[in-house]
Amino acid sequence: MTIIFAILLPFIVAACIPFAYRRFTNLHIGWFVLAVPVILFGLLATYIPRIAKGETYTYTIEWIPSFHINFTTYLDGLSMILGLLITGVGSLVILYSIFYLSTKESLHHFYCYLLLFMGAMLGVVLSDNLMVLYAFWELTSVSSFLLIAFWHHRKASRAGARKAMTITVIGGVAMLVGFLLLYAIGGTFSVRELISQADMLQSHVLFVPAMLLVLLGAFTKSAQFPFHIWLPDAMEAPTPVSAYLHSATMVKAGIYLVARTTPIFGGHEVWFWTVSVIGLVTLFWGSFNAVKQFDLKALLAYSTVSQLGLIMCLLGLGSAALHLGYSTESVIYTQATFAALFHLINHSTFKGALFMMVGIVDHEVGTRDIRRLGGLMALMPFTFTIAVIGSFSMAGLPPFNGFLSKEMFFAATLHITELNIFSLEAFGLLFPIIAWIASVLTFVYCMIIVARTFLGKVKPERLEKPPHEAPFGMLISPFILIALVIGIFLFPNVLGHYILQPAMASVYPGFPSSEELTPHIYAWHGINTELLMTVGVVVLGIVLYRTLKKWRPIYRIIPERYTLNALYERVITTSENTSGSITRRYMNGNLSYYFMYIYIVFVAAVAGYFLLSDAFSWQPSKDSSVQYYELILVLVMIFASVALLFAKGRITSVLLNGVLGYSVAFFFVIFRAPDLALTQLVVESVTTALFLISFKFLPELKPERTSKAIVFSKALVSILVGATVTLIGLAVMNYEKFSAISVYFENAYELAGGKNIVNAILGDFRAFDTMLEVVVLFIAGLGVYTLIKLKAKKGDADVENK
Amino acid sequence: MESLMMILIGVLVAVATYLVLSRKILRVIIGTAVLSHAVHLLILTVGGLKKGDVPLLSQSDGPYTDALPQALILTAIVISFAVTAFVLVLAYRMYKTNDADDFSELGGSSDE
Repeated sequence: MTIIFAILLPFIVAACIPFAYRRFTNLHIGWFVLAVPVILFGLLATYIPRIAKGETYTYTIEWIPSFHINFTTYLDGLSMILGLLITGVGSLVILYSIFYLSTKESLHHFYCYLLLFMGAMLGVVLSDNLMVLYAFWELTSVSSFLLIAFWHHRKASRAGARKAMTITVIGGVAMLVGFLLLYAIGGTFSVRELISQADMLQSHVLFVPAMLLVLLGAFTKSAQFPFHIWLPDAMEAPTPVSAYLHSATMVKAGIYLVARTTPIFGGHEVWFWTVSVIGLVTLFWGSFNAVKQFDLKALLAYSTVSQLGLIMCLLGLGSAALHLGYSTESVIYTQATFAALFHLINHSTFKGALFMMVGIVDHEVGTRDIRRLGGLMALMPFTFTIAVIGSFSMAGLPPFNGFLSKEMFFAATLHITELNIFSLEAFGLLFPIIAWIASVLTFVYCMIIVARTFLGKVKPERLEKPPHEAPFGMLISPFILIALVIGIFLFPNVLGHYILQPAMASVYPGFPSSEELTPHIYAWHGINTELLMTVGVVVLGIVLYRTLKKWRPIYRIIPERYTLNALYERVITTSENTSGSITRRYMNGNLSYYFMYIYIVFVAAVAGYFLLSDAFSWQPSKDSSVQYYELILVLVMIFASVALLFAKGRITSVLLNGVLGYSVAFFFVIFRAPDLALTQLVVESVTTALFLISFKFLPELKPERTSKAIVFSKALVSILVGATVTLIGLAVMNYEKFSAISVYFENAYELAGGKNIVNAILGDFRAFDTMLEVVVLFIAGLGVYTLIKLKAKKGDADVENK
Repeated sequence: MESLMMILIGVLVAVATYLVLSRKILRVIIGTAVLSHAVHLLILTVGGLKKGDVPLLSQSDGPYTDALPQALILTAIVISFAVTAFVLVLAYRMYKTNDADDFSELGGSSDE
């Protein structure tokens, strides 16, 4: 129950913000918002001891039980990690944003979106039902879109937002299809129930397609190669957003999904190779591209891509243990997963701190371009401390938490080479090698962050503002994070026992003891291959950094036209242009064409179906007799209507229309409808008068100059429409499946107290209808009045064209 | 008689369609007026013709003609009158604002 409260609270507060915003104008609204994640963090933290004992919490509210869609919350070790990250980093980010964003910005929007995101993200990690998870998943995409486009007056912000939205939503829809396939196989949307029948699922034909579709969703969300291109562009968002969504939480949703579904899909060869190889490629490609960036935020974005790849790769490697099944030998492969979860937390701490550091630099100096920065160490000593600790942790150096998880990563890649399943004996060696190269590059860009920003000479003439240290408030959050960076290094096993161990139990539910899956983390484990790899990383990293200028041209090998970004741009532009030209071709703004489409569709659909179903029937024998005066009236009408087509003057047209109207009145008389005849006579007279009055204000009817072809096509369509109506009318005459209901109304005197049946129907049986008809008349009258009286203001006509 | 009426209705609909497809707003309005005549007759005819007396209980003891289509048509006549009046004023306004009574001179693709 409390879990549901945790999901709903951010939404409720988000709804209140617009009202509260007006009330407290002199106070930064962030203080008010800050309470939400702090409360939720405290709330979740109270569960930690119980979760650590292996308990889980579920609570179900039935939503659409007939489709197996229930609002089921599920709190276990894995969702706990993410939940703590969301609320913990959320608190720090909001605290930081209070000092980062001035009250001049539209803060109520900002915090509204941020809370929306927080609620959605909590929903993703705490939902057990896949459909509910999907809904929250897309909601995170939407709120991310809104937050990236927060400074929507910038073109780059809008473009970045659209790109992020397009890519993540495409992945999301693929994921939805994957979920539906899982439902088709397993008959349930509940993750836990799917896990319990994982063996049965694996043998199904649709298993691999479902897996790949779900992975597509996870990969797009977690910015894995080749979908990573949205993340660097998303850096247009305000820095607190980048720190929160695009490094600590939202991009971890894909990781979470992979970890969560590992018990279902893991153990399958396709899963192992897809997840680990995509992760590995992303790791390499991200770090390779990070080195060439000049914008600090873009550099951090690529480094995030690379680190996410690392975590993804580890999850892939860890799934091998599920294939082997439980044994004392297989436990060693679960350490990859352990390292993944460990690094997940570590990454959030140091990357969050680094983003806040960049935000401070940007805020105080006015630029993030490393070509303009330098020598800030003496001017901003605290910020420098953050940068050093954050970067060295990311580079995998002691005494920071990144060192521990990096070592475990190396260990995991080395272990995997010893396996001989999934044809690993052939390709297994690639893992440690590529991992090592990527780590060297990681070291290089970490050096760039620290050295190019803080060391060297100050270039005051190239900075927007004179540099000085950030205000105290902005430093609080990053300092808490780097305190964690060091704290986790010193006491890793506290984290391991309370947080990671229960999460391991969620990823490996089939393994009897999660105690065994939790290795004891040592900072020093003697001189072994992993440590030598780290030493090699440092040595080669320094060399590469020194010689960066020499090998930088390597980045120009791939021309701009063949990058993934260019491909994305081409696809978007082409599809926009194509759809635009198609739309413009038929939506040409000419009313006659639109009518033409309507009529053609009418004829094609109605007459087409009429012919297909062979519904035509005509029985003239049932007709009533034809009197000579009726025949004359019909001929008069036909003559008048045809004459209408050739009428030149407007008076003639209106009079011919009057002839038609009065003839209709005569027909009403003949067909025993006196009320109709009276009304028709009155209305026809008034209408004709109205036309004649309006002529005073309207121009003379000029003949239309149209080509023969257009006249012909119009005539053809008109004849087809007329013929369709006639044929259907004739067929309807012979439709006698139901008896007429009119007999009921003939009892009008008893039921309604009226002797005129027509009047009784209008005034009693269908009185509501008549009343609404009066309303229509009233509205039409209002419209007529306003259209005549309302004077067009100056410039009104131009509004349309703006 | 019914078949004859259906043919008449078809002719009226065809004429109305042709007028509605015109570029001049006045012709379009007259087209809609003709179309409403056609539809009134259609409703009446589909309900059956000459099946009885005027639907007034005080005038005869039945059988009566079908009263329901008549009630529907009565509503339709009034509504179509309201629409015609409104569209006429709309045309007047359009002419005042844009100085045009020809659709092809209007609009165009000023989308967004």
